[in-house]
Formats: sequence, C-alpha cells, structure tokens
Amino acid sequence: MEYITPLWPAYPELFLLVMAGLILILDLFISDDHRVFTYALTQFTLLGCAALTFLTSNAEPIYTFNGMFVDDLMADVLKLLTCVVVIAVLAYSRAYVSARGMFRGEFFTLTLFATLGMMVMISANHLLTLYMGLELLSLCLYAMVALQRDSLQSTEAAMKYFVLGALASGMLLYGMSMIYGATGSLEITEIAQRAADGDYLSAVMVFGLVFVVAGLGFKLGAVPFHMWVPDIYQGAPTAVTLLIGSAPKFAAFAIVMRLLAQALGDDILVDQWRQMLLIMAVLSMAIGNLTAIMQTNLKRMLAYSAISHMGFMLLGVLSGTTEGYGSSMFYVVVYVLMSLGAFGVILLLSRDGFEAENLDDYKGLNQRNPWYAFLMLLVMFSMAGVPPMVGFYAKLLVLQSVVEIGLWWLAVIAVIFSLVGAFYYLRIVKLMYFDEPQTQVVLKPTFEVRALLSVNGLAMLILGIAPQPLMVFCIEAVRASI
Amino acid sequence: MMHELPLLSLAIWLPIIAGIAVLLTGGDRDARVARVIALIGAVMGFVVTLPLYAGFDIHQRDFQFVEIKTWIETFGVYYHLGIDGISLLLILLNSLTTVIVVIAGWTVIQTRVAQYMAAFLVLSGLMNGVFAAQDALLFYVFFEATLIPMFIIIGVWGGPNRVYAALKFFLYTLMGSLLTLVALIYLYNAAGGSFAMRDLYQLALPFDLQVLVFMAFFVAFAVKVPMWPVHTWLPDAHVEAPTGGSVVLAAIMLKLGAYGFLRLSLPIVPDASIYLAPMMIGLSLIAVIYIGLVALVQSDMKKLIAYSSISHMGFVTMGIFLFNTQGVEGAIIQMISHGFVSGGLFLCVGVLYDQMHSRQISDYGGVAKRMPVFAALFMLFAMANSGLPGTSGFVGEFLVIMGATQVNFWFAFSAAITLIFGAAYTLWMYKRVVFGDVVNPQVDALVDVNAREFLALGLFAILVLVMGLWPQPFANLIHTSVSELLAHVSYSKLPLPAQ
Repeated sequence: MEYITPLWPAYPELFLLVMAGLILILDLFISDDHRVFTYALTQFTLLGCAALTFLTSNAEPIYTFNGMFVDDLMADVLKLLTCVVVIAVLAYSRAYVSARGMFRGEFFTLTLFATLGMMVMISANHLLTLYMGLELLSLCLYAMVALQRDSLQSTEAAMKYFVLGALASGMLLYGMSMIYGATGSLEITEIAQRAADGDYLSAVMVFGLVFVVAGLGFKLGAVPFHMWVPDIYQGAPTAVTLLIGSAPKFAAFAIVMRLLAQALGDDILVDQWRQMLLIMAVLSMAIGNLTAIMQTNLKRMLAYSAISHMGFMLLGVLSGTTEGYGSSMFYVVVYVLMSLGAFGVILLLSRDGFEAENLDDYKGLNQRNPWYAFLMLLVMFSMAGVPPMVGFYAKLLVLQSVVEIGLWWLAVIAVIFSLVGAFYYLRIVKLMYFDEPQTQVVLKPTFEVRALLSVNGLAMLILGIAPQPLMVFCIEAVRASI
Repeated sequence: MMHELPLLSLAIWLPIIAGIAVLLTGGDRDARVARVIALIGAVMGFVVTLPLYAGFDIHQRDFQFVEIKTWIETFGVYYHLGIDGISLLLILLNSLTTVIVVIAGWTVIQTRVAQYMAAFLVLSGLMNGVFAAQDALLFYVFFEATLIPMFIIIGVWGGPNRVYAALKFFLYTLMGSLLTLVALIYLYNAAGGSFAMRDLYQLALPFDLQVLVFMAFFVAFAVKVPMWPVHTWLPDAHVEAPTGGSVVLAAIMLKLGAYGFLRLSLPIVPDASIYLAPMMIGLSLIAVIYIGLVALVQSDMKKLIAYSSISHMGFVTMGIFLFNTQGVEGAIIQMISHGFVSGGLFLCVGVLYDQMHSRQISDYGGVAKRMPVFAALFMLFAMANSGLPGTSGFVGEFLVIMGATQVNFWFAFSAAITLIFGAAYTLWMYKRVVFGDVVNPQVDALVDVNAREFLALGLFAILVLVMGLWPQPFANLIHTSVSELLAHVSYSKLPLPAQ
C-alpha cells in the first residue's frame, strides 16, 4: 500500500462534495425568484462530476485511501451513468417541483448528497466505505420523500421508508460484521483472497452471507423484502419517486457486485448465495408481475414492475459468471432508462394540483399528443421485452446467462412471468391508443423536457436496433473489474 | 450474379422508412398527403421485390441475395439475410398485399390516417424481414416485432370489441413465441454461440431434446398458423380488425407460422418432426374437418371466413408434415393461394360492410341485383375458396391430397371430404348474401364497386386465376428449395444405434 494516497481517483466525489457544500451555503443567499441559479449550478456540478469521472477513468483498478476506495472500469461506467441519469431526473422534475413549492435549496443539496452516496457505494472497496455510502444515500432519500411536509401520504411513506430502510441497513451491517468475524478483514479484495484460499470460518461466513443477501434484497426491492417499494413509489412526490426508481439502482447493483461477486465470489460461496438469489428472483418475478396487474395507480404499478425487473436482473447475478454479471449490468442500465422514460411521462402529464398517476389519466393520450403517446409506447413495449426494443435484449442476455449454466427451466419460468407482465404494459398502450381522452388539456413542456424525453424514448428503439455498443460497455466494464 | 443493391434490405427497410415518412405528415389535416406517400411507399416496396424475382436462380440450392453484416458482435448475432424460393414467393405476396391494403383503406379510414398507413407499411417491412432472415435471432426479432403494429391496427381501427381482440391476439401470440426464445437460446449454447440458421441446421441433438425443442417451436408456430386447439384468437382478431388488418392477417401473418415450421422446426429437429408428424397431421385434420363444420354454422361473414382460414391452413400444416414433394409444395402453393383468396374475400366483406355496417349474413340477400360486378368478383373468390379447378384454391389442396395418398389413404380421404364442407359453407354463404330477393331496404341502396375497390379486388382476382390456370411458374420457384428442405429432413441427426 502506498503511503502517499493518490487523490485523483476520487476527484469526482471530492468535487461533488465541495460543490454540494457550496450550493448549500450559496442557496441561503438566493431568493425564490432566482432559485433557477441553484438549479443551474446543480446541473453544472453533475456535468462536471460526469466529466471528471470520464477523465479519471482507467482500465486497471486503482486502489486508494488505504484500499478503502477503488476506481475500476465498472465504477467509472456506473458513476458516469449515475450523473447523467440524475441530470435527467432534475430536468424532468423541474416543472413538477416548482409547481409544488419544492423548488428549494434542500431539493438540490439532498439530491447532490444522495448522488455522492451512490458514487461512494459504487467505488467502495471496503465494507465500511460501502456502508457509509449507503447510509448517505438512504438518509437523503428519507428526507426527500418527506419533502412535501403537509402531505399525509408522503409523511407516511417517509416513515415507512425510514423504518424499513433502517432495518435493512441493520441486517446488512450485521451480515458484514459476521463476514468480518469469519475472514478477519473488512476490505473486499482481502475478503475475496481469504475466501479463495478457504481461510475462513465456514459456519459464520454462511450466517453472515444470509444477512448480507437479505440486506441487499431490501435495497434492491426483491421479494420477500419488497414491502416498502410500492408504498414509497406511490407516496413520494413523483419527482422523488423518479430519483428513487432510477439512479440508486446502479448503486444497488454495484454493491451486489462488490459484496457477492467480488468479495464472496468464490465458487463454494457462489453455490451458497445462488440458491437464495434464485428464490428471490423467482418470487420477485411472480409477485411483482401478478400484483402489478391489479393496480390502478400507475406509480404503484411501476413499483411492482420494478420488483419484477429486479427479479429478472438477479437472474444474471445468480449465474455467477462474468458474462452473467455483465448481462445484469446491461439489464440495470436498460431498466433505469425505461424507468426514467416512464416517470418522465408521468411528470409531463402532471400539472398544478394534478397528479397524473391514475391509469385513467392516460386515456386517449394518442389523440391529445401522438408524439408523447408514441414515446410511452416505446417505453412500455421495452419494459414488456418485445423486440425490437432494447428491453428485449436485456431479457435475452440474462436468460442466456441462466441457460448457459443449465438452468433452462428457470428461463422458462422467467418468460412465463414476462408474459404476465406484458399484459399490464399493454394495458397502458391500450389506454393511450384505444380509448377516448377524458381531458383536452394541452401539454406544454419546456424545450429541455421535450428534447430529453424524445431522446429517452427513442433510445429504446435505437438501442434496440443497435444494442452492441451498450452491451460491450457493460460486459467489458464488468470483465475488467471482477 | 450482379447485384450491387442490397435488395433484401431495401425490401425490408423501404416500407419502414416510408412508414416513418407517413407518420411525419402528422394529424388528419394532411390525410391526403399521408395517403399518397403511403401509396408511393407501398408501390416502391413492391417494385424493389421485382428484381428479386427476375434475378432469382431457380436451380440454385443455396440461399440467394445473401447479405451478412455483424450486428451484435458480443453475442455472435449477424444481420444475415438470404432467400430461397419459398421466402421469395412470400415476400412478393406480402409486398403486393401491402399495396392492395393501402388502396383498400384509401377512403374507408378517416381517422388517424397517417398512423393507419404507417402501421401497415412498417408491418410489411417487418414481415419481409421474417421471410428473409437467416439468423435465428434476427428472425425472432422480426417475428415478434410484427405484433406491435398489428396490435395497434386491431385496437385503434377495429370493431366494437376491439380491445379484447387486440389483447388476446397479442398475448396469445406472445405466449407462443416466448418459449421459442428459450429454445433458441438453448440451441445457441448448443451450437457454441451462434444463432446462424445454417449452424443450427448442423446441430445434432439427442432425441428427447429434439422433442422438447420441437414442442417449444410448435407452441409459437401453431398459435400463429393457427392450428386447432390454439386457434381461438383468430376469429376474434379477424372479426374486430379493420378490413385491411384482416387481409394482412389472413394473407400473410398466418403464413409466418407455417414458414416457421418450414424454416426452423423441420431442418433443426428433423427426427422429432418425423416422430411427431402423426400428431401434427392429426391436429391438421381436426382443423380441416372440425373447423370446417364450425364455419358452416357461422352467421357473421367475417367469422365464417376466419374459420375457413383455419380450415385451409390445416391443409398447409398437413402438407408440410407429409414430408414428400407433393405435400410440401402443395402446402406452399396453398399458402400463397390462401393469401389471394382470403385476402379477396375479406376485401369483399369490407366492401359490403363499408356501405351496410353489418357483417351478418341474414342482413343481406339479393346483393347481385344491385352490385353485379361485385357479385362476379365475389363469386370468383368463393369458388376459389371451395377449391374449384381452374382457381388457385384447387392446386394446393389437390397437391396436398396427392401427397397424403402416398402416406396414408385415410389421411387423403378425410382431407378430401372437407372439400365438400369448404364448398358447402362458402357457397351457402354466397347464396344467402348475393342471391335471392332484396328484402332489406339497405341492400336496395347499395352501389356497385368503385374504381378503387375494383382495382384492389381485381388484382387478387387475376392472381387467383393465373395461379389456378398456370401454376407452373410458382411451382418452379419453390421446387429446388423444397427438395433441399426435404433433404435436410430425411437425414437423421441421431447417432446410429450401437450394435
């Protein structure tokens, strides 16, 4: 280990931290009329952070802060995507939050700190770093859910999120302490070394593993640890739901990779956690898809859809192969893009004092505005996994990774549930295209939302016709890092 | 051969690009522009398929007009196109039908014209993609993607119960194809990471796995054909779809399933195909006979033609699984012929429906007195549907029955009986609709086909006659391809039994 710690691998995080602190202070001196300055500064910070991530990226993993922090290709790709996604989240949310009196400094600083938390999680090479990032993210999100102080629903959601989130963190922490007890190290590369050498207490290790998997299940929102997801998705202000439903999935995926694939990726241990993930994956796909059918609230439906997508994503992880991890990463990236698009449309349709969250609000969208209906159609078919949308390739890759290890029956179960899932995505298309509109309110999004949403929606189709670049990105990133 | 232009890519992408261009014309204010662009796109889409016919070498056993480009490198997937005689016929049929559908929808569709035309153009390109794909994943992508435009067509411009029909159509067919996806992924791994059909053809799978793969393919293609007992989506979809939708559905979309059997099931898992052939022939015969009887009692014209489609497609699947030249060639000829005949019949019903807004047979009677030209054309299609010699309907069914006699007399006997049913339900319907006295005042007000309708019906009518009187060119096109296909099937992939 070097004595003089190189700081440059952590430049993006440091920049983000400094700027977040700066914005926190600056915002105190800005009046409500000029709040847009805070917004611009936040976007600039995120852009700068993305640029720094790009500039400091490197193919070989670099360890710093005494091995607590790692900068590898997977981290770079995920961090870059996180920044880009958060930029899109803020752009989509702008009209929505300003209409609801949330266009204040807190919203931006909390978003930035949450982003910082995600980036620390992604780059963690030490269980404590990982935990610290996770808590930073979670605490910011708890507060953001409750940002609408007068909304009973939001307050309740925040309370639920906090209690269950704290429980999950506790489980994860307990599991980590067990792993520490079994291997005598908190450093992920060190744990991996001991695991490979068989130099650990097997019983304690497996015990810890169970708790870690449970904690990760909570954070991913996989069944049976999914109870919080629908309530939070529905209860939180849509802008915050968009944030919760998008970028943190990258961070959650990253810690799954760090803990399961890197630290506990030894063949013997893979066999142990594969069984747990298998059950979680099947249950998530089943309960997520079946329950989503019954929903009349779009946000809640998307929450159950998120659960089922996480189940699908786990298929790639449980294969235990590098290709499988790569396909899971591709799945997560694609899912976040889809989720971004879907919530983007919800935000677009919401107006002052009106939340477009009931399915009926989407009736006849094609007659009101064919372009946004078309974009939503692309997103919905992509979520359903119908080619030529990119969602199909995401499913194809994870299915391939389980068939490759001989679990073809699991692939059959997965496609059957994706058929069930197709029904409720189709229902949205049906509402938009086949039904008559209930309102004739003209949609007047700003230019940036229009452009961004168009890019977002068309990406479903374009990435579907040419999936190669993104696929290579994900698979190579994982291969270089794990 | 000298082919600088990527003709197959053009046949796929030209209609799709035209579809996008039509969409860009926007709302219904510029409906006329949308129609004209759509017609130009459809005609161009047909014109680019003509050099395929002209340059096709009927004696070559390999695929022709091959285009290979890397598509998804990490996954070993290629944008690999190529056609044999079977694909060529279907591509021609598809591109021509699109032109007819655009003409047929010219004034009938008044709402969201651009979207209507665009959906058909995109659908046409995608289906050409299915017929031209030589990479199993590419095939699958096109195969599935066709669901989206058809779903929209049925759901937006369909009848009163359109939502139910559209959802049923989509979910039914998706269910079938998802299992195929798993089978394809399995084959991909077994072939060492390749989706290329020629690699899958070489794959020697053990018998029980062949059966599993066959069943997975079977679910997808049987739903699409549709074979009894997974046919129930078709009457609903046909009845609710707008006329153009019904025409495309019957004329081409059903052929995707039969084509899938020919292109994937037979060559990849020949031993399972031969082993399960009695089941396939049994199901086909049930479709031919039982569905024929069901058609007899329909009171809705579109439903009657839909059931008749299922019954006629039974001949196709039966012919395929006879594994002899007459059977398979008959099946393919029957596919093409059914495209003309059912397309024509649905157009006829559409012409009546546009004026009367009823599909009930009992509402009509005496149409011939008011619409003599229409009645004549309708008569031709009805006769072809009954399998009258001299029309295209006769050739395919005759060949299939000939093929069946070589395998089992009773197969042939049962299939031949149904020619009587076919004649019975078609001609009975024809009699009740067209002949008799005019009792309904609405019928009295009917006007005969206009030039546009005459053009659409006339094109199909000419093809029905040409194919019925002179089927040789059609048979020549597919002859080499069929013998190549049968050579694949006759060669067992199983290891020789140990002595």
